[in-house]
Amino acid sequence: MNHFPEAWGRPRDDVYGAYNGAHLASGMPNQHTQSPIVTGTSVVGIKFKDGVVIAADNLASYGSLARFTDVKRLHRFNSKSVLGFGGDVSDMQYLDRLLTSLDIRENYHSADDAALSAKNLHTYLSKVMYKRRSDFNPLWNHILVAGLDTEEKPFLASVDLLGTTFSSPSLATGYGAHLAQPIMRKLVPDEEAAARLGKEEAIQAIKDCMKVLFYRDARSMDRYSIAVITKEGVDLNEDVKLENQSWAFADRIRGYGTQVN
Amino acid sequence: MMFSLGTSIMAINFRDGVILGADSRTTTGAYIANRVTDKLTQVADTIWCCRSGSAADTQAVADIVQYHLNMYAITNNAPPNTQTAAAIFQELCYDNKDALSAGIIIAGFDHRHGGQVYSIPLGGSLHKQSYAIAGSGSTYIYGYCDANWKEGMTEEEGINFVKGALGEAIKWDGSSGGVIRMVVLTAKGAVRHLYLPDNGYTGPGSKPIS
Amino acid sequence: MTSIGTGYDLSNSVFSPDGRNFQVEYAVKAVENGGTAIGIRCKDGVVLALEKLVASKLVKPGANKRIATVDRNMGVVSAGLLPDGRHFVARARDEAASWRRLYKAPIPTAALADRMGSYVQAHTLYSSVRPFGVTAILAGWDSEAEVPVDGQVGYGPASGAGGKKEGATHGGPFLYMIEPSGMYWGYYGAATGKGRQAAKSELEKLNLAAGNLTLEQGVKEAARIIYVAHEDSKDKEFELEMTWVSSLKGPTKGRHEEVPREVREEAEKWAKKSLESNGEEDEEDEEDKMEE
Repeated sequence: MNHFPEAWGRPRDDVYGAYNGAHLASGMPNQHTQSPIVTGTSVVGIKFKDGVVIAADNLASYGSLARFTDVKRLHRFNSKSVLGFGGDVSDMQYLDRLLTSLDIRENYHSADDAALSAKNLHTYLSKVMYKRRSDFNPLWNHILVAGLDTEEKPFLASVDLLGTTFSSPSLATGYGAHLAQPIMRKLVPDEEAAARLGKEEAIQAIKDCMKVLFYRDARSMDRYSIAVITKEGVDLNEDVKLENQSWAFADRIRGYGTQVN
Repeated sequence: MMFSLGTSIMAINFRDGVILGADSRTTTGAYIANRVTDKLTQVADTIWCCRSGSAADTQAVADIVQYHLNMYAITNNAPPNTQTAAAIFQELCYDNKDALSAGIIIAGFDHRHGGQVYSIPLGGSLHKQSYAIAGSGSTYIYGYCDANWKEGMTEEEGINFVKGALGEAIKWDGSSGGVIRMVVLTAKGAVRHLYLPDNGYTGPGSKPIS
Repeated sequence: MTSIGTGYDLSNSVFSPDGRNFQVEYAVKAVENGGTAIGIRCKDGVVLALEKLVASKLVKPGANKRIATVDRNMGVVSAGLLPDGRHFVARARDEAASWRRLYKAPIPTAALADRMGSYVQAHTLYSSVRPFGVTAILAGWDSEAEVPVDGQVGYGPASGAGGKKEGATHGGPFLYMIEPSGMYWGYYGAATGKGRQAAKSELEKLNLAAGNLTLEQGVKEAARIIYVAHEDSKDKEFELEMTWVSSLKGPTKGRHEEVPREVREEAEKWAKKSLESNGEEDEEDEEDKMEE
């Protein structure tokens, strides 16, 4: 027996040669940067004078297959904040459980429902997302955090799979960034405009965005969740039907250019 | 050689519990490695699962879940419920998503929750559903199932629904075939059903599990 | 106690010839000096109450809470060595979190009591550790509703699951007390600390086994019992600390929370009043107790 406990019980190096560990290494680096599989599409959000409105549809796609039609992608965290998840659904569920454990820990010492503001939550999430991308194992989501900050002022910010954070009076992920942002920016080009915007106008703007997204995003559906966060709390409706669609004009469309019948 | 359950599997809720169903084909490429496979796997007394994807992966996962549920029953002096099984399946499928090729449906019955159906697709997300379909053959029967589904079916209606759906899946999907196996889970326990292709899936029918 | 000082009381891992573990018995002594802690299992919830003796006039009143929350639906109060109580709570929180990680659901109160019982018992086996100098009371409400898997999406049939047993109820209030030996029982009413004898005889009068006491009444009785138990150490000032956990329909919606100030002050007022009017009766009870 020698003075290297890790070698005890093993064939002696001086007799049999050093242990050949070649089979333990694959010769390749670890790979686990996946791609998303079951996915949610856009999330849209807009600030108004007393709070924030946020919405996302209830579809989880499997490639182009509309596989799950009852997936709620807006998560109420507490009376001050709601999260909207785009991207991989399994990672969304992981984050949901992570935030549940965070909430339990935060509430050990006070029963205050909203010990963490939406701003606190966004900071926490950005650290989690950046850590995971730095491990080359990102959580494949683009998240909007909507609610009130520590001063109870409207708060809206995003964090993506790389840990990139961004904040603006209106935000949208996925196709929404292309299709919904122009609509919302017209309404709230800057913080001053958002501070003047009324609640009903903000809700209408979000509903208009959801309609455009349903028209033009092939991974969307016509049932969605919408939440309004103000000092009074979170008003979350998880089964809203898209209304006031315009299709009847199809009747006037003939051929693809010159045809008249 | 990779054995794969390019499969048609499903599970449904009905009035008295749940029904699981599956075809019986296992393939390696175009070769049918097993034409009478049993893809319905018991993980606890009245908690079963349907396996699709890699046969090796899903067997390993089901074995681990079975072990956990056994331990749960022993240490807590109470049988696990379907949620517990679903949670453990999901943990395994999510944490090992880079290594696994597994699409699993969990269906179980307990007196507190009644019959429940959970689906875990490839990435490892967990979905509670009224009925779940999965495997390569399922893509051919989304229309059939959506059109024919109704809540609160009787056992006979439920069996006919599963049989009709899997019959279509087998017909159109080259990777599905053979017999139709089912397990009916109710307050009375588990009952196996078998339906053969050479008599138009009319029998022999049911046999209680001892 | 005979055979004290014979050396058998020095180590945890050595029994005395008559089969006793003195270290555990000494730990019980530590508990018996602590402020009284009680728990009452009512039909629609559980109350925990503590006689928090004021250690110093320099400590802010109402600060330094002693009853802790474990997960969302459970609370722990303990009598004895404060730091041991803190460690007990830390371990209980870890156990609850580890259950959640594996099963993705809250830990049942009974399972946590079992795990903590084992943990405390393990501290009576080894010479390198000492037993816990606390007796802890664990109160919880196991949800009566169907609990989803943490993080799950989707709902299943709108008409509900098939084959459910009709009219069956599930979950409910649970109360356990874990002693330094690691022994634990489920209780209708539990008391520990200095005033436990007085508190226990008061608890027995409530006829808790009948399951008629409501949580609202329970809060009042808990306050009264702490005041009764304090009679013996009247020279010391104390604060009443109370928490509760109710059904989903009740005031805490299944969560373990501090009893709101108005409710607690109301209960204290009622407690003091009933103490004044029943002063003589109480003394008779004391006599009864001594005979046991």
